[in-house]
Amino acid sequence: MTEVLFFIAAIGAIAGAVGVVSLQNPFYSVLALVFHLLSLAALFLLLQAQFVAAAQVVVYAGAVMVLYVFVVAYVGAAEAAHFKSPVGGGQRTLAIGFALALFVELCIAVLGSGLDAIGTDGPTVAFGFGGPSQLGQALLTKFLVAFEVASYLLLIAAVGAVVLARRRGGIHDEEETRVSAMAFLRPPGVGTMAEAVEGRTGTPEHRELGPPVGTGAPREDAP
Amino acid sequence: MSIGWYLVVSALVFCIGAGGVLTRRNPLVVLLCLELMLNAANIALIAFARMWGNVDGQIFAIVVMVVAACEVCIGLGLVVAIYRRRLPIDVDELRELQG
Repeated sequence: MTEVLFFIAAIGAIAGAVGVVSLQNPFYSVLALVFHLLSLAALFLLLQAQFVAAAQVVVYAGAVMVLYVFVVAYVGAAEAAHFKSPVGGGQRTLAIGFALALFVELCIAVLGSGLDAIGTDGPTVAFGFGGPSQLGQALLTKFLVAFEVASYLLLIAAVGAVVLARRRGGIHDEEETRVSAMAFLRPPGVGTMAEAVEGRTGTPEHRELGPPVGTGAPREDAP
Repeated sequence: MSIGWYLVVSALVFCIGAGGVLTRRNPLVVLLCLELMLNAANIALIAFARMWGNVDGQIFAIVVMVVAACEVCIGLGLVVAIYRRRLPIDVDELRELQG
């Protein structure tokens, strides 16, 4: 039974990987990667890693792939305009040859290693091996520093992604005006601090006054 | 199944991912192929964790997943920034950092 499940999951994982590399449409590549990740979660379950398998399905195949799908849908229109095939000719042959050579080398490394336990199924483990309690205990005692560093890394990456993908002034051509209900209640020339910093104002009266002094933006009707 | 089979699957997925990084020109697909390579490393780590009967390898796999999530975050942010600047989304044409 284990063998059958292993071969189904392994063939699924490899087929998904081949699909990611060979499919032309990036959207289908993302779907193939989702299939690959689900097959991989089955492999993790066969290896008694229940928590990692659950995290793989929920976090990876769920959240991260949704992010991919959003970006592919956002960029997809420009992508279709100049649709590019993979590299061809000598570079392609060279890349496939390199990948094959790497595979042969890794197989030699696996088969030629001195580890005796590679040919076995692994030791019998206690019930609950790879469960949340065991992993949580290891994360908060033995690997506490790694845990904290990983959380800082996530924070830095989140801030970095916002900084990278934010809308900068000068790229968008059309003027963006945001009018809220509060803008009509305020007297002209009064706004929020965010509007003062960005140099945008809400109502037409605000716009006649121009951006506030000191923001670097030119004042058209400077007194 | 013996641990060696899992390692062979891991090696195969890693090589497919490496070949994809070398052949594809769309940065989104290049990022997907990097994901493949990281996941291949994850299979190997979890297979070795099973081999030793120890959860340390699974902790490593979780940390690899964190790093992969960060990489996706930054990589997709770069792709969106490239798209906003109306630059071609093609790694062969984005060679300004080549020196």
